[in-house]
Amino acid sequence: MTKSKAVPVTGTQPTRRDALKTLALGGGAAAAMPLWARYAGAQTSEPIKVGFQVHRTGIGAAYGRWYDRTTSAAAALINEQGGINGRPLKIVAEDDGTDPKRGAEVVEKFATQHNCDIGFGTLFSHVVIGSAPRAGELKLPYFVVSEGHHVASGMLNRYTLQPGITDVKSQVQAMAPFVADNLGKKVTMIFPDFAFGHDHRDYFTAAIEAQGGEVLEHIAIPPTETSFTKYFPKIPRDTEVIYHVMVGPAVLTFVKELGEFFGPQRPEMFGFIDSLEAVDIGSPGLEFLDGTYFWEGNPRYAQEDQSEYDAFFRERVGVDANGASVSDPKDVSTYAHMFGCWETLHVVKAGMESAGYRGPQDRAALIEAVEAMTDMPHSNAHPQGAKIFNGKTHQVFGHQYITKVVDGKLLLVHTTSIEDTFYPDEADYTTQAL
Amino acid sequence: MDFGPYLMLATLEGAVTAAVLALTASGLALVFGVMRVVNVAHGEFFMLGAVLAWWVTNMLGGSAAFGFAVALIVVPVLVGFLAVVTDMTVLKRINYDPERTIVATIGILYIFQQVTLMTYGPDARPVVPPFNTRLALPWIEFVDGEISLYWPWGLSITSYKLAVIGAAALVLVGLWVLMTRSKLGLLMRATEQDRDMALAFGIPVERVYALVFGLGAAMAALAAVLIVPIQQAHYLMGHDPLLLSFIVVIIGGLGSFPGTILAALLIGLSDGVISVFFSPTLAKILATLLVALVLVFRPQGLFGARDT
Repeated sequence: MTKSKAVPVTGTQPTRRDALKTLALGGGAAAAMPLWARYAGAQTSEPIKVGFQVHRTGIGAAYGRWYDRTTSAAAALINEQGGINGRPLKIVAEDDGTDPKRGAEVVEKFATQHNCDIGFGTLFSHVVIGSAPRAGELKLPYFVVSEGHHVASGMLNRYTLQPGITDVKSQVQAMAPFVADNLGKKVTMIFPDFAFGHDHRDYFTAAIEAQGGEVLEHIAIPPTETSFTKYFPKIPRDTEVIYHVMVGPAVLTFVKELGEFFGPQRPEMFGFIDSLEAVDIGSPGLEFLDGTYFWEGNPRYAQEDQSEYDAFFRERVGVDANGASVSDPKDVSTYAHMFGCWETLHVVKAGMESAGYRGPQDRAALIEAVEAMTDMPHSNAHPQGAKIFNGKTHQVFGHQYITKVVDGKLLLVHTTSIEDTFYPDEADYTTQAL
Repeated sequence: MDFGPYLMLATLEGAVTAAVLALTASGLALVFGVMRVVNVAHGEFFMLGAVLAWWVTNMLGGSAAFGFAVALIVVPVLVGFLAVVTDMTVLKRINYDPERTIVATIGILYIFQQVTLMTYGPDARPVVPPFNTRLALPWIEFVDGEISLYWPWGLSITSYKLAVIGAAALVLVGLWVLMTRSKLGLLMRATEQDRDMALAFGIPVERVYALVFGLGAAMAALAAVLIVPIQQAHYLMGHDPLLLSFIVVIIGGLGSFPGTILAALLIGLSDGVISVFFSPTLAKILATLLVALVLVFRPQGLFGARDT
């Protein structure tokens, strides 16, 4: 059996917690014992309930399917290793329909009906923004896997954390130098017209200007749109680089129509892989993408220098070297995002173990334990790469990847440093009451 | 982009929308005209058309053109048949009572949508177009007083989009011939004018109703099969066509065939042009405003007959 490395937690901790941590590591060793003996050392063998807010339906369904698979795989691994503090992890999944109003109701159900210990797993930024206030009111630790800048911006509350995936502001800031140096300085941005897209608009524009570039035109498209050609004439003729990011069920149409619009006279293109998450790069009509660049949170195709941790992660989730399901090569994963669920659950485990978490009465201690985290080394628990967590802004920072489409595959051409993604703190949640 | 080519591109994109909308809306108008049934589930027949098109092309495999050709014939028939069954098992049982049919079709809407979600799933799935070549389009400019052609950047359409416009026009002409020149059309028009009198003359009104409901649904399904290689099949895709079809049918005059076609062109083209030059939200606002104005000042619609 493969064991994950324990996540070191820096900062001063009470000795009682250290003792409990050691106990928990012993719990890991107990994984080899028969099931009945495994949880014997804990105060209770009741499972720790993780309320999983999943986009099973609505415009986020493709992400939801893979977030679900990744979460199940991570939970199975943690349970094989003895659970958390000797208690098994139980995932309580509820569909939020990718809808903010439903999202807040789901959070409420987790806290009041299912008696979950935490809420977890939300992706779409409008659902996070709709749900987080309710989680704060209910004092339910809410671990989002969303990429939105709304956590680090100080817009949400002390109970909302994003320790498993980096935010848009840090991503685009790290991309801007590459775009300006290699592709061009006159950029036209195409993005979805909601919070996530607005993060791209605001922070990339600022970042490219800092590199001496400029954004000629901002083209916002509603995420429910199904026909896109009508937006493209707004692209100025002297555009050197198209910066595109799109979400929703019609992303394939978006990219295809972009190719049809330009024909043979394509400018350079830099896209966020969101425009093609869960879509096969080899789909008919996408041939024009050859030679274009993508940001990827985690490279979909297994690269030549693939880490052992990435190989382990792929195997446990059931993803092949092309980023598709091992059981169906047509079922392409949302590989650039879903590692966030895996890493977040491992952070939850580390946090609960360091806090000596027993039940809902220790929720505040859990928040404090996660806030105390800093370095997260590249490991089976963090297969996407090493990360640094900022306890004040509740946001994690990590490496970003730029891949190029070559012969229908995404090949890694640049990896940013973690420092490339830093920006000054905009909030300090630790000053808020728990 | 210069104004001229820009307007041409917007018009072409609008024409594709208008073509599909005309098919969908004429199905809705037919059902309302003959049966006086406000079919709220019309958008779901559209959605079923797209989903079944994916299913058929995926089952058959082989070349994209063959699969698509089969879907083009089989899918509208399947959806039409489903609509006939719905008519006989639900609408007929409630005697086509106007209020109750609205509630019943809302129920049917959710049943179709949720069954699709449970079986086909929440994903958007693509259907490969049978052919798809990018056609760069020329534009005229005056150089030293001489007319010359040039190919502006980005001004293009695909052969498939042109084919959608052509196919929609053909089907609409076919529908018009069916309604005005065939015996079946005569029966439908007779039923539309006076149900009781038609019954007295021995017209099997119930069968005509079932047939009309099936035909209306088949029109929506056909529109969806045509559009699905451009968009993708998704279980929530019926919402927009339903809303736009209602807008078109109200503006054109409930039950008026030429009015429906004209209103579809008006809404489709203005949606393309206004979205391009201003914003897609403004296009929707103007369309709904037009509905409100028509309802206030010309409740029978632009082409509807005034009740005397």
